[in-house]
Amino acid sequence: MSIVRVLAGTRKGAFILTSDGKRDHWQVSGPHFAGWEIYHLKGSPADPNRLYASQSSGWFGQIIQRSDDGGKTWHQPGTPAGETPEPGPPKSQSNKFAYDTSSEAGKALTTHQWYDGTQHPWEFKRVWHLEPSITDPDTVYAGVEDAALFRSTDGGQNWHELPGLRGHGSGPKWQPGAGGMCLHTIILDPGNPERIFIAISAAGAFRTDDGGKTWKPINRGLYSKYIPNPTAEVGHCVHHVAMNPLRPNVLFMQKHWDVMRSDDAGDSWQKISGNLPTDFGFVIDIHAHEPETIYVVPIKSDSEHFVPDGKLRVFRSRTGGNEWEPLTKGLPQKDCYVNVLRDAMAVDSLDECGVYFGTSGGQVYASADAGESWEPIVRDLPPVLSVEVQTLG
Amino acid sequence: MLPQHLRTLANVGAEVTIEVPAPITQRSVLDVLEKRYPMLQGTIRDHVTKQRRSFLRFFACEQDLSHEPPDTPLPDAVASGKEPLLIIGAIAGG
Repeated sequence: MSIVRVLAGTRKGAFILTSDGKRDHWQVSGPHFAGWEIYHLKGSPADPNRLYASQSSGWFGQIIQRSDDGGKTWHQPGTPAGETPEPGPPKSQSNKFAYDTSSEAGKALTTHQWYDGTQHPWEFKRVWHLEPSITDPDTVYAGVEDAALFRSTDGGQNWHELPGLRGHGSGPKWQPGAGGMCLHTIILDPGNPERIFIAISAAGAFRTDDGGKTWKPINRGLYSKYIPNPTAEVGHCVHHVAMNPLRPNVLFMQKHWDVMRSDDAGDSWQKISGNLPTDFGFVIDIHAHEPETIYVVPIKSDSEHFVPDGKLRVFRSRTGGNEWEPLTKGLPQKDCYVNVLRDAMAVDSLDECGVYFGTSGGQVYASADAGESWEPIVRDLPPVLSVEVQTLG
Repeated sequence: MLPQHLRTLANVGAEVTIEVPAPITQRSVLDVLEKRYPMLQGTIRDHVTKQRRSFLRFFACEQDLSHEPPDTPLPDAVASGKEPLLIIGAIAGG
């Protein structure tokens, strides 16, 4: 019997929602790390009981948490779960994200563009996204604010920057979006371990084909009228990128405005907003078995971060974009003004694909029929920052 | 004395007693505290710059020591263990 585990990060803790494959009765566990912001938590594809969580706070900074038993117990990597460690030198520095200042990184790493156009030094704020390796439970990538990519190969005990990304040379043109200058998307190519895609607000999307040593911007075709050069190589506010592992060369992007598609691993992009009521938004995801079926949640505008017309609607395209249909059954269709943030949608891999998303109002909605109908798993969590799904068994 | 969230992280009570070799300063106290409780590394002061996190304050003997240099000796009463060094989170809603 299959088990579905939904991992929800919220403004005030993490929650784990579990059901059998019918997905009609859910058990809720949490809050884990109560009172802390949990920007993201995600399970390892190689060992589903291995979970990583990003725990942060304006008071106490960044903490990395790890579970080796599917979220029942947690510990900071390198410190024994539930025990006070023995005196002595630290076994790990799991909270430490220090930018690489070696000569390899170079001068270009020292500053990025600030909101007012001046240059500003890189300052670590938090981890936005954790992406466990497809094959090794001890290897995990972290996308951080200010934007950079880190990797741990010892289960989160120690972290090292992959400096080639900031060393690309375009760093002084990167700038923070409204949420900060965050590296929020990390996609590992299942067919090519040397290829990684990342996206940064507001710099754009980048790709490495050599395991992270060198990177190239992949933003050709993006048009952003809010930057001085709308077709610039970097500077675009990409909100999220999704890939279906069945077709790793096809990417879908929710940009600040515009829903985009690439059929050549990001080398070029085409707009596929079509008949969407607004093409501003944060999330985008893809059906697990139908790589031309994609989902977005349109948001009214960049100054009004809520769904348009008081209606919470997921829009689905079964044609790879341009032709969209609203999915509304079970979702509030009046007086609803929630937002759905960039990492807050995920799909399971059961035969009838399940789709899940969380809202700024604290609801986590699930559809067990690919979006035809929706039910809230929970209604009253703190604002949801991220949703991930594990399909077990 | 630690704020609630740090007590949870370190799995300790409100007050932690540690032996600190002289000189007894903010820096030497935090060095020993972080060595004893490595899960607190980076939570009270930045991992890299070692600067106090801006939403945390240090008090002892009814004095605000938050802006004292980290190598300034702490009051004798703290060094002798009669009075605690208070690490307090700023009160801010949310």
